[in-house]
Amino acid sequence: MTYDVVVVGAGVVGSLTARELTRYKLKVCLLESEADVAMGASRANSAIVHGGYDPVPGTLKAKLNVEGTVMMEGLCKELDVGYRKNGSMVVAFSDEQLEHVKMLKERGEKNGVKGLSVISGDEARKLEPQLSDTIVGALLCTSSGIVCPYNLAVAAAGNAMDNGADLKLNFRVTGISDDGDKYVVTSEKGEKVEARYIVNAAGLGSDAVAALLGDDKWHLTAKKGEYMLLDKADGKMVDRTIFQTPTKAGKGILVTPTVDGNLLTGPTSEKTEKGDKSTTLEGLDKIKSTAVLSVPKVDFRDVITSFSGLRASCDETDDFVIEQSEKSKRAVHAVGIDSPGLSASPAIAVYIVELLKKAGVKLERNEKFNPNRVSCSHFRHLSNEEKNEWIKKEPAYGRIICRCENVTEGEILAALRQNPKATTLDAVKRRTRAGMGRCQAGFCTPFTTGLIAQELGIEETKVTKFGEGSELLIGERK
Amino acid sequence: MLKRDIVIVGGGPAGCAAAVAAFDAGTKDILVIERDESLGGILKQCIHNGFGLHRFGEELTGPEYADRYKNMVIERGIDYMVKTMVLSIEYGHDNTKIVTAMNSENGVFAIEAKAVILCMGCRERSRGQLNIPGDRPAGVYTAGTAQRFINIKGEMPGKNVVILGSGDIGLIMARRMTLEGANVKVVCELMPYSGGLNRNIVQCLNDFNIPLKLSHTIAKIHGKNRVEGVTIAKVDERLRVIPEESEYVECDTILLSCGLIPENELTKGAGISLDNVTKGAVVNQDRETEKDGVYACGNVLHVHDLVDYVSEESDIAGKAAAKYVQNGCRNADRIKTITVEKQGAVRYTVPQRIDVSENQEDVKVYFRVGAVLKDVSLVVRNGDQELMRIKKRKVAPGEMETVKIKGNMLIDSDRISISVE
Repeated sequence: MTYDVVVVGAGVVGSLTARELTRYKLKVCLLESEADVAMGASRANSAIVHGGYDPVPGTLKAKLNVEGTVMMEGLCKELDVGYRKNGSMVVAFSDEQLEHVKMLKERGEKNGVKGLSVISGDEARKLEPQLSDTIVGALLCTSSGIVCPYNLAVAAAGNAMDNGADLKLNFRVTGISDDGDKYVVTSEKGEKVEARYIVNAAGLGSDAVAALLGDDKWHLTAKKGEYMLLDKADGKMVDRTIFQTPTKAGKGILVTPTVDGNLLTGPTSEKTEKGDKSTTLEGLDKIKSTAVLSVPKVDFRDVITSFSGLRASCDETDDFVIEQSEKSKRAVHAVGIDSPGLSASPAIAVYIVELLKKAGVKLERNEKFNPNRVSCSHFRHLSNEEKNEWIKKEPAYGRIICRCENVTEGEILAALRQNPKATTLDAVKRRTRAGMGRCQAGFCTPFTTGLIAQELGIEETKVTKFGEGSELLIGERK
Repeated sequence: MLKRDIVIVGGGPAGCAAAVAAFDAGTKDILVIERDESLGGILKQCIHNGFGLHRFGEELTGPEYADRYKNMVIERGIDYMVKTMVLSIEYGHDNTKIVTAMNSENGVFAIEAKAVILCMGCRERSRGQLNIPGDRPAGVYTAGTAQRFINIKGEMPGKNVVILGSGDIGLIMARRMTLEGANVKVVCELMPYSGGLNRNIVQCLNDFNIPLKLSHTIAKIHGKNRVEGVTIAKVDERLRVIPEESEYVECDTILLSCGLIPENELTKGAGISLDNVTKGAVVNQDRETEKDGVYACGNVLHVHDLVDYVSEESDIAGKAAAKYVQNGCRNADRIKTITVEKQGAVRYTVPQRIDVSENQEDVKVYFRVGAVLKDVSLVVRNGDQELMRIKKRKVAPGEMETVKIKGNMLIDSDRISISVE
C-alpha cells in the first residue's frame, strides 16, 4: 500500500499533524522510532502553554506560539487532555530586570498576546502569597496555561488512528528513496513504507531525516533540561506558573503547578549529546538553589522524582524551521522545534498541512472525521454516581492498582486496549498515572507488569520499561 | 448507608491485631477494609523467619505470623472486605466518621463508623526521593518491590545486584537474591552505621560474604536501557559525596532500602496533624489521634523494627477504640494532658502526649535514638526531677527502645522528658 502522507516522528508535532491530516480523505501513516509515542521532547518538558511574549516579533515562533496557545484549550477539550489556563508571571528581582519585564510586555503586545500587564511586587504577592519578598515587580499573563504534554501526543496519535491513520512504533527511519512519485522509507530493521508525501517531525532526529532527503544545512544540538517534581501536597504552593526574568546567566528556574496537581521546578539548560536523559548532581543542586529565589518555601524534601528532557536547538537559527524541502519538493520539514514548540504545536500542525497543500496534496474533507476522543483515564474525572455506572459495566474500574494516584485496573486495561495501545510500563504510566505518585511505582509495578503480560499475551519477563533492552525482569531463579 | 461501630483501614498485622483486640474488648461490630487480595499485608511477602519471638515465643515466617492473626479474625467472625480501597475519611453528625471506599462489587460506597483505626502501613523511599542522579534505566527497584516479584510472583528482577541502604528489607533481600542465584556485589549505607537489626547484618551479609560499605552511597546510575553499573562513593560527615573516593561497580540491578515512610495521605485528608519525625499522627497513649475516636497503629503511626511491637501497639489501639464506642466519648476521666518531650539523642517518642486520669495506669513509651551510643542511661524526668534511670549497654537507630512510666509518677508530673545520656 502507498500512503498519501507519512509523518516521521510521533511527538506532539507529528501526532497533531497526523490528526490534522485525517480531517481529509488521506491515507496517513505515523512512524515512531521508539516503543511509544511522545518519547522525545514531548515526554519531558515544562508542560507550559506559553503566552507568546518571549519570541521576537515577526518570527515563526511568535506567530505559531500565539496561534497555538489560542487553539490549545479547545483542542484539549476535544482530546480529553489535561489543560488549565492558570496564567503566569515573570518576576523581576531588580529594577534592571523590571525593565526587561516591561520590554517583554511590549514584545508580547506586538505579537498579539492578550491579557498582559506589569504589576508591582506587592500586587504579585497578593495574587501569589508564596512569592519572595525580594520580587520588585512582575509581568502578569492571563492567557497562558499548563497542559499534559505527553498525553496531548498520545491523544492526538490515538485520535488520528481512530480516524484511520496507521502508527508504526519501533520504526527508526534510516533511508528514504524517491522515484519522483513516491518515497520508500526504510527502517533500521529493514521494514519499508511507501508514501507520496513526507512530513519530517522527527524532533532531535529531524536534521538527520532532512539530510536523508538531501537537505543537509541544519544541525541540531541537544539541550538538556533537568526537572524536579514534588508531591501533590505541594501542588498548591503557587497557582500560576512563576518564571524568573531571563538574565545573561540563564533563563532561571520556573515553579509551576502541573495539570495533575503536582509542583514542577526546572529546567536547567546544558548542551549534551542526543540520547542523554540523565540527571546530574549539579543540575539538581542548581534547581534547588534557584527555585527558592522566587518561591522560598518550595520544600525539596517533598521531591518524588527528577527527570530530564532534551530540546532540539538548531545551530543555524533561533526560529522554528518549518518549510517545504528545497531538494525534495513533496516533503515538509519541521526542524528545531524547541520552546515554545508545545504551545505552538496545534498551529504548527495546521501550518504543515497548508505547506503540504502547496506541495500538491489534495485536501478533500473527510466527512467521517471525529475530533473527539475519550481518554483511558477519564474515569478519574467522573462523579461517584457515574463511577458506579462504569463499575457496574466493567468491574475492573472498582479495583485500584496504583494506590498513590488511585488508578484502577479498568483504566490500565483501557490504556492497553485503546489507540495508541500502550505496550510498556512507562506507556501505561503516562496514560493512566499508575506509578507516577509518591511511591513511584513501588507497589503497583508487579500488578501492572502482570496486566501488560496478560493483555499482550506475552511472558512477564518480556515486559519492558520503555522498549527493547529495558526488560524489567532479567534474572533466573536457581 | 452502612453503619459499623469500628472501621479499620488496612488488614495487615496492625489492622488484624486491632480488630481482634477490639472484638475481645467487647465491641464486635467491626469492619476491616483491605486493599490487597487477602488479609496479612506486607508480611505475606516476608517469607523469611524471625517473626513472633516476643508475641508467640517462637520463630515464625511472615506468612505464618500473618496467618495466625488472619485466623484470629476469622475465628471471631469479624467482618472484612478485600480488594477494597478507602478513598477518604470525613466527619458526620454526632461525632461519626464517614469512610468512603471503592471496590468492584459495590462501586463507591460510604460507611458510617463510631470509631476508625488507621492501619495503612508504610511505603519505601524511592529513587526520586533519594535524588540519585544519572541515567533512568530499567532495573532500579525498592527492596520490597523486588521481594514481591521473587516471593509472590516467582520472578527474578536481576542477576548482578548493588543494594543501597542497610535497612532490614535490604539486608533480607541481599540474602534472598543470593539464595536465588543472584550475585549481590555490595550493600552501601549512607550513614556510618546500619539502620537494620544486628542479627540481620550477621545472618544476611556476613554469612554470605557480602560486603557492607558504611558511609557510602550511589553517586550515579549508569545505563541507557537497563542498569549497566553504578558509581559508588564515600561520603563525608555532611553526607556529601567525595568524588575522589568513588569507584564503578558493574551491575544490572539496584535495590533501594533507604527507609520507610508511613502512608498518611488519608490521615492528612482527615485533617489530622502529623509528627515531623515519625511522619505519623500525633497520638496519646491509647494511640488516639487529635480527632475523637480516630486511632492509628502499626507502621502508619511510626516505623517499627519488629512486627511483634506492631501487634502490641495495635492491641492498645483496638482496646481503646472498643472502649470509646462503649462509652460514647473519649476518656472522660482525664485530668490533664502531658506532652512527652524528647531530649538529646531521642529522635521521637510514641505516644507524644499522655492523657492522665485519676486512676492512671502505667504507660510504655516507645522511642528511637539518632545515633549508635554505648554505655548510656535512659532517663525520664518530670521537669528537673529525675523519675527513672535505666542503664543500657548499647542503643542504635535501628532498634526501638521503651520505658514504662508508672501511673502514679504521671499523676504527679507536669512535664515528662525522655533523654539518653
